[in-house]
Amino acid sequence: MKQITVVSGKGGTGKTTIAASFAALAHNHVIADCDVDAPDLHLLFETCLKEKEEFRGSKEAVVDEEKCIDCGRCEKACKFGAIDGHTIDPILCEGCGVCAYVCPENAIMLRKKISGYAFISETKYGPMIHAMLNIAEEASGKLVALVRNKARKIAEEQGRELILIDGPPGIGCPVIASLTGVDMALIVTEPTMSGLYDLERILELTHYFGIVSLVCINKYDINKENTNQIIEFCQRNGVNVISKIPYDPIVTEAMVAGKPVVEFSDGKVSRDIGEMWDNVMYALK
Amino acid sequence: MIISIASGKGGTGKTTIATNMALSLKNVQLLDCDVEEPNAHIFLKPEIKQQISVYTSVPKIDETRCDYCGKCAEFCEFNALVALKNKIMVFLELCHGCGGCPIVCPKNAITEEDKEVGVVKKGVAGDIEFICGELNIGEPMAVPVIRRVKNEIDDDKTVIIDASPGTSCSVVAAVHGTDYCILVTEPTPFGLHDLKLAVEVLKKLGIPFGVIINREGIGDQNVQGYCKEEGVPILLTIPMDRRIAEVYSRGVPFILEMPEWKEKFLELFDKVQSMRS
Repeated sequence: MKQITVVSGKGGTGKTTIAASFAALAHNHVIADCDVDAPDLHLLFETCLKEKEEFRGSKEAVVDEEKCIDCGRCEKACKFGAIDGHTIDPILCEGCGVCAYVCPENAIMLRKKISGYAFISETKYGPMIHAMLNIAEEASGKLVALVRNKARKIAEEQGRELILIDGPPGIGCPVIASLTGVDMALIVTEPTMSGLYDLERILELTHYFGIVSLVCINKYDINKENTNQIIEFCQRNGVNVISKIPYDPIVTEAMVAGKPVVEFSDGKVSRDIGEMWDNVMYALK
Repeated sequence: MIISIASGKGGTGKTTIATNMALSLKNVQLLDCDVEEPNAHIFLKPEIKQQISVYTSVPKIDETRCDYCGKCAEFCEFNALVALKNKIMVFLELCHGCGGCPIVCPKNAITEEDKEVGVVKKGVAGDIEFICGELNIGEPMAVPVIRRVKNEIDDDKTVIIDASPGTSCSVVAAVHGTDYCILVTEPTPFGLHDLKLAVEVLKKLGIPFGVIINREGIGDQNVQGYCKEEGVPILLTIPMDRRIAEVYSRGVPFILEMPEWKEKFLELFDKVQSMRS
């Protein structure tokens, strides 16, 4: 079984557009939306929900006012500045349990909380695992791991050979969780100075984890000079630029229609994505 | 006054708004809290005068004292410690630096040592005081770096905070404690979907907010409809303009080449000020 993750470093470069098109082009695969704090892939597929699972990723500290003697030990011990007097700010609390441990009156309890949900849905392109992190929750990396575990299980059960992962932006915890152990990363960038800078950082990350990376320059024609700069940068670093996709408003039109662009249009963008997909599959083998 | 700039969806124009707004105002501090992929420096080209390392404390185990009882591993909520028969394995990337393991160790075998997770760069860009956080590559946790950047807040200035995309802990850490949050979105289904999530975050945190619609003209009218229905103020609309996109791609704040926009950013600031009170 092979796994490929679409990432970008910079947000809004077109990860989901490309991942959705890949999902429509691939065969015998499982789709995993690992952008758990802003998941959008389901907006491009008609999904039929099969299973919903609570995700209990972290804990929170709760004070029993009756037992509290206001000794202040918890406030002093909390490294996150989450305790003021005897009230705990649930936003700042990371659920480590130090306050409960130091409390001489056993007045603080550590409680598991529901941090989000994982879903298994059926789409016309195959099964999709997606998730929703509750508002302002942490533990997004753990939820990504849960989504990927479920995807692997389904792939094994159904004999599917590929897991296609739509990753989150950035280089932090959920991105790392989306990349660990995959066979390939496809990095989608754009020809802007921000795109180039962020590409350098995400490439450093995939290199750090030893993951084979391919680069796709999306909207390459909005600044051809920058596109050349990205290509040169990739050449210098031995990274293969696998595709250049032109800017085309049809991409947004497809999004409004709620469809992967390769299904919505047979124009240049769709043909280029199709060609890229063939090359990605070739590189995976 | 502290203004944060956030968005659910990435690439909607947070940094564009933050940098153009900073250039339009006086007595400003700009804090780049998108520490995973900070970009404000590309546009403001600051002169960096100081670089400060950001550390978290992680456990160090004294093998001569440890008897592998496993109490530390049992206590750790983040699975950063695993007790084997004759070894304690430490996974530093998972450690939140809570300081619990040294307290629970009955043999006093654990001390804390500093580990660098990122840097904070301080400098100036013209009249703007510039502060930016940068997470080290391979480090998963951005929050300590974001908090360190926010330690630099100067209450006598107008503070503009550029947050990361999404709705999780990094965004919460960036917008927490700010007086007003500007949510930047684009008029597309993804823009709307992620805007709704960001709105929920701000409601939960009790921070007043308004919306900027960027690239108006692409997509559909549903963001406008949503804002109207929910009573969310639309602070500014920026049309889809190839010129703006092109100026952005070169890493230039567009008010420098389209000065007619400066007035609009001043109006935006006035609106934000009046809405906060």
